[in-house]
Amino acid sequence: MLDTQLVMYEEDHKQILAVIGRLVRDANAKCIFIVDKNGQLIAEAGEVRGIDTTSLASLTAGSIAATGGLAKIIGEEDFPVHFHQGARDNLHVTLVAKRMILVVIFDDRSSLGLVRLRVKKAGAEMGKIFEMIQKKAEAEQATGGGQSPFNEITDDDIDNLFAD
Amino acid sequence: MSFINYSSREINCKIVYYGPGLCGKTTNLQFIYNKTNPDLKGKMISLATETERTLFFDFLPLALGQIRGFKTRFHLYTVPGQVFYDASRKLILKGVDGVVFVADSQIERMEANLESMDNLRINLREQGYELEKIPFVIQYNKRDLPNAAPLDEMRRQLNTMGAVEFEACAQGGEGVFETLKAVAKGVLSDLKRLSR
Ligand SMILES: Nc1nc2c(ncn2[C@@H]2O[C@H](COP(=O)(O)OP(=O)(O)OP(=O)(O)O)[C@@H](O)[C@H]2O)c(=O)[nH]1
Ligand SMILES: [Mg+2]
Repeated sequence: MLDTQLVMYEEDHKQILAVIGRLVRDANAKCIFIVDKNGQLIAEAGEVRGIDTTSLASLTAGSIAATGGLAKIIGEEDFPVHFHQGARDNLHVTLVAKRMILVVIFDDRSSLGLVRLRVKKAGAEMGKIFEMIQKKAEAEQATGGGQSPFNEITDDDIDNLFAD
Repeated sequence: MSFINYSSREINCKIVYYGPGLCGKTTNLQFIYNKTNPDLKGKMISLATETERTLFFDFLPLALGQIRGFKTRFHLYTVPGQVFYDASRKLILKGVDGVVFVADSQIERMEANLESMDNLRINLREQGYELEKIPFVIQYNKRDLPNAAPLDEMRRQLNTMGAVEFEACAQGGEGVFETLKAVAKGVLSDLKRLSR
């Protein structure tokens, strides 16, 4: 396979949650999401109630993919920062560690300047965590899968999923 | 590319429905959406033109059940089939775990089917995937129409790789879940193989 599979362990997830939990407070944001470029939701923090997070993740990934395609057409590698201003809530979207997307939703309790500043710092921290996760995954793949729960699934397990 | 999350004990996989314009990709997802228990599905998103042609993608998140204590979730996407949306198709294919090719059985759409199959092959190759090596299912859709090409003919032209195949009428739903199950099964078996 060209790309390594994304595997997130409990301890990695905790580290990421710690960073975005702090970012929500430091940036006075409403909520924050980490989405991978394929549209999977990785982590969330803040007031996420009432938000359809699965849809948010897939649309964010679609929008980043589309603007990334646009960037290439005009000879840019990517557009690393996106800002969408709404009547009440605003969306600040940045790329982190090449394959992750950091989405910050904020209202007038915060400001673009503050969000930008705090995202920069948290983004760097997160970049390090994701690099570490990536290295771990690569090492694991090289040694043949480690302790994946899918080593041992049987055809019966799969058939049972579709039992009805 | 599937995503295994130990923290929430979930596994997420991405399945893409491919095929020429108007072959019935969106109809497949709509049928699945309509027939799935609300607890097991999320919202279906369709980014479409005013005439209901897919503009960017349709998206439907589904939960299938548990394997070894892990919730299995499938994200179904369709691509826009119209030829000139190729840039979007490439984007949707990124990170794919399994592909369904929906063929339009109408005899006058055979060229379009072949062109779309070639296009799939090229776009996968650009990402380092080979059609023969990924979980892949072919669906011969619109079997209900009087101008449907004979099945043998479709098979000979399109299924040169010996993929799992189904006849379908997506509008009425025949063959839709069979197709989905087959590709989901392929993806899960692949996970097992890859983790060996
Ligand atoms: N007779 C018949 N019509 C079908 C069948 N499946 C889909 N259709 C019709 O074909 C038309 C196109 O279906 P869509 O699902 O929108 O096609 P699509 O592949 O998503 O098309 P694009 O978004 O342009 O790529 C619709 O009018 C459907 O009702 C079928 O099995 N039989
Ligand atoms: Mg469509």
